[in-house]
Amino acid sequence: MEISITVNGQVVSADVEPRTLLVQFIRDNAGLTGTNIGCDTSSCGACSIHLDGEAVKSCTVLAAQADGGSVTTIEGMASSDGTLHPMQQAFMEHHGLQCGYCTPGMVMAATSLLNENPSATEEDIRIGLEGNLCRCTGYHNIVQAVLSCTKS
Amino acid sequence: MIPAAFEYVRAGSAEEAISLIAQHGDEAKFLAGGHSLVPLMKLRLAQPSVLIDIGRVSDLSYVTDTGDHIAIGALTRHLDVETSPIVLEHAPLLAHATSNVGDPQVRHRGTIGGSLAHADPASDLPATTLALGATYVVQGPNGTREIPAGSFYEGYLTSVLDADEMLTEIRVPKMNGAGWSFQKFNRRAQDWAIVGVAAWRNGSEASVALVNMASVPVLATSVGSAIASGASIEDAAAQAAVEADPQADLNASVEYRQHLARVLTRRALEEASA
Repeated sequence: MEISITVNGQVVSADVEPRTLLVQFIRDNAGLTGTNIGCDTSSCGACSIHLDGEAVKSCTVLAAQADGGSVTTIEGMASSDGTLHPMQQAFMEHHGLQCGYCTPGMVMAATSLLNENPSATEEDIRIGLEGNLCRCTGYHNIVQAVLSCTKS
Repeated sequence: MIPAAFEYVRAGSAEEAISLIAQHGDEAKFLAGGHSLVPLMKLRLAQPSVLIDIGRVSDLSYVTDTGDHIAIGALTRHLDVETSPIVLEHAPLLAHATSNVGDPQVRHRGTIGGSLAHADPASDLPATTLALGATYVVQGPNGTREIPAGSFYEGYLTSVLDADEMLTEIRVPKMNGAGWSFQKFNRRAQDWAIVGVAAWRNGSEASVALVNMASVPVLATSVGSAIASGASIEDAAAQAAVEADPQADLNASVEYRQHLARVLTRRALEEASA
C-alpha cells in the first residue's frame, strides 16, 4: 500500500506492506537510523518518536496507522544550524547517557513529557519515563537532565 | 519481529467498520490503538488475515456527562480518559486506574474500548469497570445491545462480543463521592499487575474487583457482602480470594496470588474508607 508520512518536516512516501512497522518505515524508508530498535515488544522505549507531537513507541505502531501523520525523530530535534535541542544539550551537560542506546528514545519521551507537564517534579519525571529503560542504569543523570529543562 | 502478512482496510465510521467485518468474516480483527493486538501479532500469537483499522473513527472518542452516569466513547485514548475533567470528577477510580495502564507512550495510543474488548484479565480496566458497575454498549449489524461488565467476559482474551460486533461506548455510573482505591502489585513500573485491586466504598456499600486473579476479571462479592453486614475491613478483606480462581505463572504461585489479593484488598478498603 502507498503511504505518506511527514518525517522531520519532509514528506516520505513509499509502497509498503501493511505489516510494516513505523520504526521500520523510519529506519528503512526514511533512512533515519537514530531511532533504535531495542526490545521490540513495546517495553524498553528505545524506539520512542513523536507522532503528531506525542511520544509513541514506533515498534508498536503500524506505518499504515501513521499514514498522513507527522513524525519527529531524534534527527529532527536539533536546529538546522546544528544547535542542539535544549533537551539534547541538557543530556550532554548532565552526562545523561552512558552507552547511548536508550538516549534517542529517552530524549523523545522526555520532551513529550515536558510538553504535557512543563513544570514536572523529579517524581513526575521518574514516573513519566517509566516506559524507557536504561540498561546502563544511568537514570540519575537522565532525571537530572530532564529536571534542568523544566520551568520551575 | 514482524507480524504475519495481512490485508489492511480503514473504516471511516462504526457502521462502515461493522459492514467491513461482516464482509471479511472470522479472520478479520478490529485495530483500534493497536497496543494489545500489534504486540500479539508480532509474536505471531494472533494472525488475523484482515485488519480493519477503526483508529480514525473520531466520533467514538468522547467523554460526556449524561446525568447519573458518564459515557465514554470506545475509541477514547487512555490519556484522554485519565485527564478528562468529567472522569476525574465523577469516576476518579477509573481516571487513576487508567493512569496506571502501561506507560505514557502506550497511553498516547491505546484506547479504553480496545483494552476492554481485548479481555485480558491482567489488564487494569476490565476489573476497574467491573468494580464500578459499568455497562458496555455494543453495535452489530442488527443494532446495539447493552452488556453489563459482569456479563461481558467469558474467559482468557474472550468476551461475549460476536465476531461482527464492535464495542462503541462504556457507561460508568457516577461514584457520587465514594472513597476509592486502586492497588497494583507488580515488579517493574510498566508491567501488568501480578495482582491488582479496584475498590470503592460509600458507607456500608462497597465493591471490589480483582485484576489477574482468574481467566476473567473477578468481582469479589464476598467482600462487598461482608462490608454490607458490618464486618471489619480486616475480616472483609480475608474473603478477597473466595470468588477467584488464579493461575500460577513465573511471577507467582496460586497461594501467593491469593495472599496478595487479601493484602491488597485490605489496603484498598483502608484507603477507600479513609
